[in-house]
Amino acid sequence: MAHVDRQTWDVVVVGAGGAGLRAAIEAREAGMRTAVICKSLFGKAHTVMAEGGIAASMGNANEHDNWQVHFRDTMRGGKFLNHWRMAELHAREAPDRVWELETWGALFDRTPDGRISQRNFGGHEYPRLAHVGDRTGLELIRTLQQKIVSLQQEDEKEFGAYDARLKVFQECTVTRVLTESKSGSATGSGKVSGTFCYERESGRFFVLEAPAVVLATGGIGKSFKVTSNSWEYTGDGHALALLAGAPLINMEFVQFHPTGMVWPPSVKGILVTESVRGDGGVLRNSDGKRFMFGYIPDVFKEKYAETEDEGDRWYEDPDHNRRPPELLPRDEVARAINAEVKAGRGSPHGGVFLDVSTRMPAEVIKRRLPSMHHQFKELADVDITAEPMEVGPTCHYVMGGVDVDPDTAAATGVPGLFAAGEVAGGMHGSNRLGGNSLSDLLVFGRRAGLYAAEYVTGLTARPAADPLQIDAAEAEALRPFSAEGEEREGAADRGPAENPYTLHQELQQAMNDLVGIIRKESEMFEALKRLADLRVRARRAGVEGHRQYNPGWHLAIDLRNMLLVSECVARAALEREESRGGHTRDDHPAMDRSWRNINLVCELADPQGDARAADPSLGQIRLARRETPPIRRDLLELFEKDELAKYLTDEELTR
Amino acid sequence: MTEQQTAQHVAEQPGASGAYQAHFRVWRGDTDGGALSDFTVEVHEGEVVLDIIHRLQATQAPDLAVRWNCKAGKCGSCSAEINGRPRLMCMTRMSVFERTETITVTPMRAFPVVRDLVTDVSFNYAKAREIPAFVPPPELGPGEYRMQQEDVGRSQEFRKCIECFLCQDTCHVVRDHEENKAAFAGPRFLMRIAELDMHPLDAAPESGIDRKRTAQDEHGLGYCNITKCCTEVCPEHIKITDNALIPLKERAADRKYDPLVWLGNKIRRRTE
Repeated sequence: MAHVDRQTWDVVVVGAGGAGLRAAIEAREAGMRTAVICKSLFGKAHTVMAEGGIAASMGNANEHDNWQVHFRDTMRGGKFLNHWRMAELHAREAPDRVWELETWGALFDRTPDGRISQRNFGGHEYPRLAHVGDRTGLELIRTLQQKIVSLQQEDEKEFGAYDARLKVFQECTVTRVLTESKSGSATGSGKVSGTFCYERESGRFFVLEAPAVVLATGGIGKSFKVTSNSWEYTGDGHALALLAGAPLINMEFVQFHPTGMVWPPSVKGILVTESVRGDGGVLRNSDGKRFMFGYIPDVFKEKYAETEDEGDRWYEDPDHNRRPPELLPRDEVARAINAEVKAGRGSPHGGVFLDVSTRMPAEVIKRRLPSMHHQFKELADVDITAEPMEVGPTCHYVMGGVDVDPDTAAATGVPGLFAAGEVAGGMHGSNRLGGNSLSDLLVFGRRAGLYAAEYVTGLTARPAADPLQIDAAEAEALRPFSAEGEEREGAADRGPAENPYTLHQELQQAMNDLVGIIRKESEMFEALKRLADLRVRARRAGVEGHRQYNPGWHLAIDLRNMLLVSECVARAALEREESRGGHTRDDHPAMDRSWRNINLVCELADPQGDARAADPSLGQIRLARRETPPIRRDLLELFEKDELAKYLTDEELTR
Repeated sequence: MTEQQTAQHVAEQPGASGAYQAHFRVWRGDTDGGALSDFTVEVHEGEVVLDIIHRLQATQAPDLAVRWNCKAGKCGSCSAEINGRPRLMCMTRMSVFERTETITVTPMRAFPVVRDLVTDVSFNYAKAREIPAFVPPPELGPGEYRMQQEDVGRSQEFRKCIECFLCQDTCHVVRDHEENKAAFAGPRFLMRIAELDMHPLDAAPESGIDRKRTAQDEHGLGYCNITKCCTEVCPEHIKITDNALIPLKERAADRKYDPLVWLGNKIRRRTE
């Protein structure tokens, strides 16, 4: 298939959200010819959905804040499973990344003395989130987009072409990361040599040859039925890494945001920002009770108010009062809401009440939460200045992802592959704090771009794209057009063509029901069975029409990724017999200190072929346990001994 | 709007809840042409037009092309014309229509069709590139920016723009006048110039860029005759005409006729 168009670049960035654009800016500024490739239009990435803010300890709202406090909060939020080095780099570098945005034209909300305003959020000790009303993600994406354009304008002046050194391939999808062949195998497992892609508009295939690829594809939420995530979140980068030979970690940890819309059904899952609670909103059950006071876990007992009065005083006087439990980390609040609904104290549409109407004047609500006001008014006929919202948990974020070097964002095992943002694992441990995502994108997006550039500069020869891999990738992508009636090698492969939309719905239902917010062993066994069955059927996913802008075909291709990633989640969740952060086991409800320093590592069981994919009795994922490196002493010393004793084993404490 | 509210009221009468069959006409075709296709499709309570398009994809027309992302009015991807009016499909509730009404969904008219409801919006990205970026003040380092909320508020309104390009689609300067596209940036990007011009710390003037003059001379501000069509279709309710275009016109006029007055204003504003 020599006719597939090839282009040569230095760095290819897959994904144009916060992490991808920040990586591209850094790589381009380091002199790399950089290509960005994204499934949507430029500027539409999922980052625009982020509402609350960017966490960075600038200390503008409370001068006691600093990176050490931010680091502590992040580790607590992740229940100490975080890679401490990532949490450290993140806390140290976040303020610089926010200030830098201002020099690119961002306009954050201001404090009275003209600095960047910072707001409260769950799990953050001080007001820490730089924000623009409740549309911070839009500001972030637009600022990065406009910075990219400004770099292109420079290139236009110098070279006469905007795209000379930085090009955005919008509405394109990558289906394979290509690697240099090792010992003649078809799939390779050596250095990165490029990406195999198709243009969504025309269906045309093309190859971007490049020695470095940065994965910045975001998350996996579209494998779940109720989710705040957009269609793009099909776990592409997670799957691309696995298929190229790079392992994933922490895939059992999936964050269910406590407050998604629950009504009307068509908007179920759409996010209601945590800022509602950060700014004073409270959660009530059908009895009108602020139930969160009954759900403060032992590890956080000393840090949260015990009475409504104290919690309310905290908004005005945070130095002498403790914060209200509505601002516990997201995993705690989501579980509490789930429990209230299960106990029959839910709202009419199966959620609980989130109320700002009795807490703030209408004009303050409209100014501080304009998107929420608009969203509820337009989509649910609810005026949040006059009545409470109904909210419930929604699949929001995956903590797990590509196993990376904490300093360089380099993926384990595949030289030239990097990952940043949600697709990378480790930074957030078992649960991410609100506001730490946008800062993560900027801190590690920049590092990925920087070290990808350094890697490329250090190469003496460029790996060549393997024609066999390109042929195989093309055949794989075209499969849905010849699905019906075709007989293939394996018996299980035969049968009528399957509708990709139906398969997707069944997958979402299975993950939602069986590997959702509360998990148990028997259900996860059932999930693995269903996933295996779906995987075999997905090989027969067939589509009508032609390759030009054909959404059925795109979905059929994305199903491979969702199924791989879902199996990782289910297998890891079955293996981890404890409850921690975004992983709650009904049959193992307690957090177990002996699990704290264990990462579950997912790898492709059969990297050389797809025999396993066709056989429902086999899994595609092999799981291994790995111990995390001990936390550096000076970082441990930031915590009280008593607190550490809740998380670390006695052996770790005395080491 | 009154008409819609009445329709909404009717649809939400007691007994009106639950599923019903709606009649849709959706434009299908590509660069070679196309036509409206008729569909009868189920509608559930609380749904928006985009839900119905998705149902058509999943049940009747798997290759029906539509662009969308967030389904929450935040990304600006699912722009189309619904009964002739430029709107976001994800923010148009089915309850604003009569149940017996035929709902016609067509692609944005001002841009070339790619397929079905998807249009080629590259015009907008080309225009975005022609507007000089924010110029950081050379004397200030990162972290040293100080701005008052009331001063950033003006530009912040324009930065609410989700780039749905509905204003570009509806603007009569280009809607049926392909020949004007080369000389006219459209409301979205004239607003971008206004946003940068009102940025309290933009150092464009010091670096020799006159945003007001270029708005007039290079981006076609003069074509705009403030009919406010753009403002009417903006899903973010940005007052594009009143707050961006008219002030930009006034400032461009000042600048044109009396540079000294303009310079004096600029200096006063900065030292306040």
